[in-house]
Amino acid sequence: MNRQRLAVLSVALLIPLLSGVIFGLGLAVSQMINPAKVLAFLDVAGAWDPSLALVMASALLVMGVAWRLQRRRVQAAAPAGLSAQPAGSAPKAGIDTPLTTGAVIFGAGWGLVGFCPGPALAALALFRPEPLVFVAAMLAGMQLHRAWQSRDRDRDSEADPGADQLKATAPAD
Amino acid sequence: MTDFTPWSALAGGALIGLASAVLLLFSGRVAGVSSITAGLLSKQSGGNGWRLAFLGGLVIGVWVYGALGGSLDQVRIDAGWPLLVIGGLLVGFGTQLGGGCTSGHGVCGISRFSSRSIVATALFMASAGVTVFLARHAIGGGA
Repeated sequence: MNRQRLAVLSVALLIPLLSGVIFGLGLAVSQMINPAKVLAFLDVAGAWDPSLALVMASALLVMGVAWRLQRRRVQAAAPAGLSAQPAGSAPKAGIDTPLTTGAVIFGAGWGLVGFCPGPALAALALFRPEPLVFVAAMLAGMQLHRAWQSRDRDRDSEADPGADQLKATAPAD
Repeated sequence: MTDFTPWSALAGGALIGLASAVLLLFSGRVAGVSSITAGLLSKQSGGNGWRLAFLGGLVIGVWVYGALGGSLDQVRIDAGWPLLVIGGLLVGFGTQLGGGCTSGHGVCGISRFSSRSIVATALFMASAGVTVFLARHAIGGGA
């Protein structure tokens, strides 16, 4: 392996690693990793702890700036009218039933335990059994969705294999 | 229950935003944790190295917090095993059906004014709030 390729590879892995470390640090600092804290935020009718609204607000502020920078960079690099989308954010359908149903189902699970995917994975660092059980069940739920979706797809698009390709290459964000 | 902690909330949120910004600007990827995780399960997606690096980073980040003197003693997980399993299944299935979670829709999506993400976030927040209300006040009797 030549030196240039090694450099490309390390950037390809080091940036996501760095991003993950900062993300995990943020989850710990903000205490989003603590289900009791998250549930206290969701419990509007109880002793409400609004902290997590501030976590969201400050994360949104920083990312709002990042999207502006990204847009400017894309505009500078590409000819007019060509908008380059980052990987993982392919243009998608509007507000449809899968989106709304999925969000409601996800919210129910979040409210039952106080873990959403990021904090649950980060909490594996605590070496406790609960995050491990939750993450295993979460992966099973994802797998269940894949199985359900591919069964649906086999039935719906036998005459149109291209539809499979499209769906498969448009990852959700 | 838990105390209002505005400063650590703002600082932690800024770090989450920074992490998402780094991934977007230097890797051209969206930091949606549920999608990155699900990508590992998908056979055709290929190139799982960056996914493992990011997700491993989440865990390392918590250790870094501990190494810097941060305390994680206050972490409390009240749910028993049946609830952990049911909750995990719902979160896994729901995020895949809805195309994202708190990071993908909530942080990355809303910050670029995606109407899908705004609707999804409003719905999962509302659904989570109703679930907590039912569990604590309607069924649980105000724990």
